[in-house]
Amino acid sequence: MTMESIIETRSLNLWYSRFHALIDVSLRIPPRAITAIIGPSGCGKSTLLRVLNRMNERIPGVRVEGDVVLEGGSIYNGRIDLRQLRKRVGMVFQRPNPFPLSVFENVAYGPKIHALASGEELERRVERSLRATGLWDTLKDRLGVSALSLSPEQQQRICISRLLAVEPDVLLMDEPASALDPSATARIEELMMELKERYTIIIVTHNMQQAARISDRTAFMLLGELVEVGETQTVFTKPVDPKTEQYISGRFG
Amino acid sequence: MADRTRIVGGAFQALCILACTLIVLMLAVILGNILIHGLGTVTPSFLTKAPESGMTGGGIFPAIFGTFALVVLMTIAVIPLGVATAIYMHEYAPKRSRLVHVVRLAIQNLAGVPAIVFGLFGLGFFIEFIGRGMDRVLYGGELVYGQPAIVWAALTLALLTMPTVVVATEEALRAIPQGYREVAYSLGATRWQMIRRVVLPQAVGGILTGGILAVSRGAGEVAPVMFTGAAYFLPELPTRLNSQFMELGYHVYVMTTQSPDVEATKPILYATVLVLLALTFLLNFSAIMIRAQVRKRMRHGR
Repeated sequence: MTMESIIETRSLNLWYSRFHALIDVSLRIPPRAITAIIGPSGCGKSTLLRVLNRMNERIPGVRVEGDVVLEGGSIYNGRIDLRQLRKRVGMVFQRPNPFPLSVFENVAYGPKIHALASGEELERRVERSLRATGLWDTLKDRLGVSALSLSPEQQQRICISRLLAVEPDVLLMDEPASALDPSATARIEELMMELKERYTIIIVTHNMQQAARISDRTAFMLLGELVEVGETQTVFTKPVDPKTEQYISGRFG
Repeated sequence: MADRTRIVGGAFQALCILACTLIVLMLAVILGNILIHGLGTVTPSFLTKAPESGMTGGGIFPAIFGTFALVVLMTIAVIPLGVATAIYMHEYAPKRSRLVHVVRLAIQNLAGVPAIVFGLFGLGFFIEFIGRGMDRVLYGGELVYGQPAIVWAALTLALLTMPTVVVATEEALRAIPQGYREVAYSLGATRWQMIRRVVLPQAVGGILTGGILAVSRGAGEVAPVMFTGAAYFLPELPTRLNSQFMELGYHVYVMTTQSPDVEATKPILYATVLVLLALTFLLNFSAIMIRAQVRKRMRHGR
């Protein structure tokens, strides 16, 4: 097992006050692939996702032990710059949440706060990010309209573009299609397949068919523990742990 | 049974309509009264001249100008102070902080303090303590700031209207979905970048609403300014921060209680009240226009 990994957790434990939400999780994530995290509600999969760019710290009473390593460097030692970490490891949320600003300003937000580009260079970057999510041709003449006036699917694409504009390495996606209708979901899934050529994607999903369709590797979590992780096909057809088998065959969850 | 319900329902509706009509009627009587008695006196010369012959003639320009200047100074003081306080309480202070709880309670209580108490506080704190202190340290004991002045009156009014601004701003901050803050952080924004580019632009409408309410409240107050800077009679305009000034509300008070000839003052009194109302409406209206502009710009982004 010498799989290359871009980000990995090492014996990670997390408590919300006294509640032990992640128990000794060690998970390696390969680069430029989609890793799906599945499991019933409350199993800790979203928590695990949020640990990877330290978004959990905003909740009072959170305590973390163990480590998360991004390209060889710990993200939990004192020297890490949170802003740089979040620039490299970005997040797409469950509900499309563009800022109540124009399309352009939404996508330009990240480059602006990180002072990555301005003027024409910023415009090129916005164009590139919108092209990457397939929005450019539809919206290139409407960059000034409010992002909130778009359809939910387009809004989610805006959110992904907004993230791509800071040129991250890892995209964390927390049920990115759960607020969308089936055909929009299918198109977002296609987009994710395209994006994995260049980015590492970790997706939390409730939808097992989705995990089976798009992911290269699947991790199954239960009650804060990582039960099983492996090639998606293997996990879904020949799971090692009986609990995984019970879950994917729909006996609980 | 059904009949009874219908009768009770109808009666309740009638009561509500009656109450509403009563209020509108009272407002109409008050406004109408002021208009009928005052409008004839509001002439261009009334608006542009200083009072003459013991306030039985001339105009009220110094009071109009003084009120305007006072409200502008007050706004300059209260908006940054109130907004910064609200931002601290809502964005920086730890959640469920004891301190913030106490501060919030204090601010709410501040809103219930009678205006005259603010006036006395302004006299004691701004003039006697700060003003006199400045005179001692900066001007070698000469009387410069240690006396009633427009700056002290404006600051006193700012204190009086601060709860309005703080509450309105906090309300606006609370209305911003937590998700936006999360996104900003997840993109690597610092707290300041998050506040500057996500929170403030969205709160601006609410902040301006607070400002509008503060202006309407401040423009009509008499008690806080009567000890702290408003002058009984002063033909020249305030040109410096430590000038005294005339103020419309105070002018009304003075004319009502101190006039040597009540009958001769009466038309002027009505006209002054009319101008005070109009000025308040005007300040309100311009603030509302500014808010509409800002909101429009926000919606279109870029």
